[in-house]
Amino acid sequence: MEQQTVTEDHAPTSAASTMDQRPGLHVDIGQRRRAQHNEVHITLKDVTVKYGTFTAVRGVSLEVPRKEITALIGPSGCGKSTLLRTLNRMNDLVPTASVAGSVRYNGEDIYDADVDPVEVRRRIGMVFQKPNPFPKSIYDNVAFGPRLNGVKRELDDIVEKSLRRAALWDEVKDKLGQSGLSLSGGQQQRLCIARAIAVDPDVILMDEPCSALDPIATLRIEELMREMTSDYTIVIVTHNMQQAARVSDRTAFFTVDVDNPQQERSGVLVEVDDTETIFTQASDERTEAYITGRFG
Amino acid sequence: MTIDTQPRAVLDPEPQSLRETTRNARRRERFSKGMTFLLFGTVMAAIVPLVTLLTIVVVNGWPAINGEFFTQVEPLSYRDRGGGYLHGIVGTLYMTGIATLISAPLGLGAAVYLNERPGRYANIVRFFTDVMTGVPSVFVGLAVYALIVSGSGGFGLGFGTLAGAIALSIIMLPIVVRSSEEMLRLVPADLKAASYGLGARQWQTTFRVTLPAAAPGLTTGAILAVARGAGETAPLIMTALGARQVVTQLTGAPQSDVGLLMLGGFRQPFDAGIERAWAGGFTLIAIVLILSIVARAIARRSQL
Repeated sequence: MEQQTVTEDHAPTSAASTMDQRPGLHVDIGQRRRAQHNEVHITLKDVTVKYGTFTAVRGVSLEVPRKEITALIGPSGCGKSTLLRTLNRMNDLVPTASVAGSVRYNGEDIYDADVDPVEVRRRIGMVFQKPNPFPKSIYDNVAFGPRLNGVKRELDDIVEKSLRRAALWDEVKDKLGQSGLSLSGGQQQRLCIARAIAVDPDVILMDEPCSALDPIATLRIEELMREMTSDYTIVIVTHNMQQAARVSDRTAFFTVDVDNPQQERSGVLVEVDDTETIFTQASDERTEAYITGRFG
Repeated sequence: MTIDTQPRAVLDPEPQSLRETTRNARRRERFSKGMTFLLFGTVMAAIVPLVTLLTIVVVNGWPAINGEFFTQVEPLSYRDRGGGYLHGIVGTLYMTGIATLISAPLGLGAAVYLNERPGRYANIVRFFTDVMTGVPSVFVGLAVYALIVSGSGGFGLGFGTLAGAIALSIIMLPIVVRSSEEMLRLVPADLKAASYGLGARQWQTTFRVTLPAAAPGLTTGAILAVARGAGETAPLIMTALGARQVVTQLTGAPQSDVGLLMLGGFRQPFDAGIERAWAGGFTLIAIVLILSIVARAIARRSQL
């Protein structure tokens, strides 16, 4: 695999040296300021996604560093959710969707003709906006993914490990047979995270994972996300700028652009940088306007 | 831009009162009562025939129901009292059972296809399914007679259980397809997305998420189709034909059916035969009602 680094404002470094500088858990944004980022895990080059003739998001180039949290923010309709779904080929399920440009995961283009989209989704998991556990038991929810792959023997272990990783084990260990729908909203969302973890992905995409949750449940999920960066690369779409500021290492700001010859409304990436930089000294005035609440 | 020099209060119109005139209020009240009465009337118009029908069947059929009715076959003459519809009940359950075994899997498969592979072919299938729902059931009997019972269709199966069951399954199939399709459509896209997001393939998603989530609704649809099939007589006239004793063979011997026996009984001017026909009607309605109630109960338990 070709080693790439995020180069904006930073000197190229090797993966090994950046690993040592990874921040600890529960650090605030000031302490998370970093000189370098980890090696690049996912690279988007000039990605354009269309639904039929409608261009949802246009010309996005972006690098997602390994084992860090990248937040995608921006006003409604800017294509950030569309872009997120492009990263694990969930858009394939929309018959009219088409993707141009390249999305490289570990250097491989996931849209190459001989790439199996199902394999992509097993490596790049997803957590959705609304908690959506299956109407099955808690155990069966977590075991769903491993069972797809024919795992039978170590299922108990995987379920326990995944639930522990999602900080849900202590709350559900005595009622694994109960329906996943009997849990509270925040627990359901952590169950969905456990379910995604059980497939053993290395990237987890989160599409506004806290928008249906109360502030306390949101805080738990955010803490969990920080803990998860020790093992996973996370890309999160959020409408909540404070959340992006609290939780992410890097932030990409998108907006709706009508300033093109065809007068089409489509999402574009305005800028991407360290979260702290974006929130304190954004280089584009649109970003600053959005972040300070002047639009969006 | 000119500067508005007048005080604002002068520009604002007098605030209008929220109160309405008594006359207006009365008129609205009358209109509302009239409409309520009218709509209640339409409900009654729909319920009265059903209640009347049930009452008549119960009043006439219940007195003729006894143990003998379910354990013995009909006497040779419609004049003779006693005996029962055992052979008809066996035939109805037998044929409906086989028809269910044929139409439920086929119908469910078609519904999965319509749901998972939308497009032009699915629309064609859906169109023909709708057309099939409207085909007169006696014509279904005729078609099965021509194609399967008589030699002209190449099968020459003869009258009997299987021919009757095939006719019933053709009646039941479109009902299973459309009700199952509706139920599968109700499965939230969220659940399927979650499954795909975990790396499930389409068949895995269908078998592990979509079908289990829709299971109660699918069962309901199938039971309603069974109720419809059990109540059919017309398609059996030319396929099952009728018998005077209990028939257990699948082919080679004409089969009996409660509806057919009722038809025979009512067509003769003898009290004994007519009483048994009423009892037969009571039995059929009881079977259909029980199945419908079971179906609704299962539907209510659905998690969707």
